[in-house]
Amino acid sequence: MTDQTTSAGSRRLSGPWSLLAGHPIGIVGAIVLIVVVLAAVLAPLLWTSDPIALNPVNRLKHPSELFWLGTDMYGRDVWSRVVYGARVSLTVGVSAAALSVVLGLVIGMVAGYFRWLDGVVMRVMDGLMAIPGILLAIALVSLSGASIVTVIIAITIPEIPRVVRLVRSVVLSVREEPYVEAAISVATPVTKILRKHILPNTIPPLIVQATYVCASAMLTESFLSFLGAGTPPEVPSWGNMMAEGRLFFPLAPWIVLFPGVALAMTILAVNVLGDALRDKLDPKLARRL
Amino acid sequence: MTESSTPAPRTVLDVRGLTVQLPEGADRRYAVEDVSLTVGAGEIVCIVGESGSGKSVTAFTVMGLLPKQQLKPVAGQILFEGDDLLTKAPAELRAMRGERLSMIFQEPMTALNPVMTVGDQIGEVLDIHTSLDRGEREQRVLEIMDLVRLPDPKAMLNAYPHQLSGGQRQRIMIACALVLDPALLIADEPTTALDVTTQAQILKLIKEMQERRGTGVLFITHDFGVVADIADRVVVMQRGHVVESGTADEILRRPTHPYTRMLIGSVPSLHPPAREPLHHAQVALETRGLGKTYGGGGFFRKDRTVKAATDVNLVVRKGETLGIVGESGSGKSTVARCVVRLIDPTEGEIYLHDAEVAKLSASLLRKHRKRVQIVFQDPYRSLNPRQTVGESIVEGPMNFGVSRADALAKARELMNLVGLEPDAVDRYPHQFSGGQRQRICIARALAMEPDVLIADEAVSALDVSVQAQVLELLDDVRKKFNLAVLFITHDLRVAAQICDRIMVMHKGKVVEEGSTAEVFANPREDYTKALFDAAPGRGYQFGGVQAAE
Repeated sequence: MTDQTTSAGSRRLSGPWSLLAGHPIGIVGAIVLIVVVLAAVLAPLLWTSDPIALNPVNRLKHPSELFWLGTDMYGRDVWSRVVYGARVSLTVGVSAAALSVVLGLVIGMVAGYFRWLDGVVMRVMDGLMAIPGILLAIALVSLSGASIVTVIIAITIPEIPRVVRLVRSVVLSVREEPYVEAAISVATPVTKILRKHILPNTIPPLIVQATYVCASAMLTESFLSFLGAGTPPEVPSWGNMMAEGRLFFPLAPWIVLFPGVALAMTILAVNVLGDALRDKLDPKLARRL
Repeated sequence: MTESSTPAPRTVLDVRGLTVQLPEGADRRYAVEDVSLTVGAGEIVCIVGESGSGKSVTAFTVMGLLPKQQLKPVAGQILFEGDDLLTKAPAELRAMRGERLSMIFQEPMTALNPVMTVGDQIGEVLDIHTSLDRGEREQRVLEIMDLVRLPDPKAMLNAYPHQLSGGQRQRIMIACALVLDPALLIADEPTTALDVTTQAQILKLIKEMQERRGTGVLFITHDFGVVADIADRVVVMQRGHVVESGTADEILRRPTHPYTRMLIGSVPSLHPPAREPLHHAQVALETRGLGKTYGGGGFFRKDRTVKAATDVNLVVRKGETLGIVGESGSGKSTVARCVVRLIDPTEGEIYLHDAEVAKLSASLLRKHRKRVQIVFQDPYRSLNPRQTVGESIVEGPMNFGVSRADALAKARELMNLVGLEPDAVDRYPHQFSGGQRQRICIARALAMEPDVLIADEAVSALDVSVQAQVLELLDDVRKKFNLAVLFITHDLRVAAQICDRIMVMHKGKVVEEGSTAEVFANPREDYTKALFDAAPGRGYQFGGVQAAE
């Protein structure tokens, strides 16, 4: 009994890294992600020139000592813009993930626990799922103008039903557990049952789901920006950098290449990390998704 | 070792000094150590033991079905018809499995493929090991299905597993296992998931098939009643070691090893002890015409309805234990869950003393929740794994305004009462064994100071020696707190020992009730008689180790 105590204790103490132990690819993903986060946070220190200042003299310069990743058609430094773009991507990815998880968690718990609400809520969710995210984004942008907030909202809404379904399925199975029934029979209020006995069971699959939402949000943001329906053109994001640069691709491939590589690396890192967490937290989820 | 009067039969399986290593960090080094046993042709050998005794590991090693990374046989031999199975290549073993040795499992639903017809599943065994054409194959399948006494084999050929009952599925499993006439059949708790009446039929079938075909059977079980019914010889295992082996008669009537004596002594007797009737005690719980119907409220079409329980009238007095016995689907748990109001009854009334609670809304029901508490069957799922057991115990009292400090002090007191360390309140559920968890659940129920305690199969998942202790505890707390106990069980032996009165339920209806002694001595209804006849090991008087007359 004593060695069980210590092993459980040490698992609680050694924190998130132990989750990735024995998963080398997951660790690589985590490191890449940490680098991207640092770049985004420290962007003002890292950029070599103002990412939005136009400087026609230096247009379409090759990567060099002065311009590490070259310059674009308006003479803006690509390195500075890629670093700045990480801020946009991460803001959109993390906000969309956090928003959809929080909203989806609340709706999913309610739908799963209160059977009489389930039918109505889930049909509304089915309706939401039928809306194509890109179309919704384009519609919202044309209504309220392009801004990062609009993009986040447009990405979050279609993700919510997926989270709701996940949470609901966990709640449906946990509410039948005898320990939940025992809580009911000692007159524990519903809110407390949801918070203490049911909520903790939804966390592991939700963490995994959040990484997927985050990756897909970053991709959607780039896609929308590429189409001109996302981040406003004056804010450098990986998507609109690629959109603007594509016309000059034969002349200056680096304008498209570097934001593209940054985007691909980041999304890959998030997905790999998500897979690693899934394997550790909930092996069964692999088949459910 | 074989001391039966008949000459020793040809040995089919001879396990010698088998030792299987556990992965590092397990609670012991070897899953089984130095295990030796033999199975002769036409002989049924039972391996009996509690959970963790290594009985299933032994069986799986013989079948070559151990998870290779975790469990490794490190010493010994498994001689099957003279060949050592441990030295065989995987391909050779695969060819032998199904043809020369085969296995049936505990849960027939998961052991069968849900998307294949049962005819095809039996046929598949033939396809792998023989080269029969379609006609011959179907003929063989029909023969074996007839042999295991499945009704109307022709029609059943195209049925899917979910369309069959549990007993029928186990018959299909047996048909698969026996269609090629193996020399050895390994049965791993094949009747544990079945109702007693079905269990009796399956045991009869296994015995009949084995006699007719001269198959050697290695039968794994935890149930001494089953052993008494079926075994020629018995091997008793404890923590990976064989502690005693001998003929069924020797082991059951004259066990020598203290562990065997303890195990057999823990099996509750089918003869109820004398109990004082309690006609004048105050009524704590009463139901009138209680019923629960599922389904019905279809929005667009009329749904199929299922009457889980109908017209149940019961009275439990203070200090009395009323048992509800029945098979799965009899509605006994439905009644318990209605009384606790985990589900809402559709008909009838429930009185707790004088308050009628069957139709109370959640907010009005709140103050009555205190008075009825329940202990569930599965000790591994009845406590929230993420909070300390103390936290689970104080939850109820704190809902009723008891301060945390007072509730915790009470929890420590109760832990002591149920036979656990008071300091154990700070531990998590996974640090306790099944029996200890069940004690904690009893403490949690008692923390509410209830009038009525419901035990819903509360000892059914426990090993027999632990079961005896938890039953004793339940009886102690009943006396100490003058509780009215509603005891739900499928196990007639347990019911005989703990209940003052019993009610027999069948298909949602109460078919018979009376004092335990009376019902056991003179069952009136046909169903009750059938149920009692099916109880395994009726001929043996367990409890006292002495032989029955």
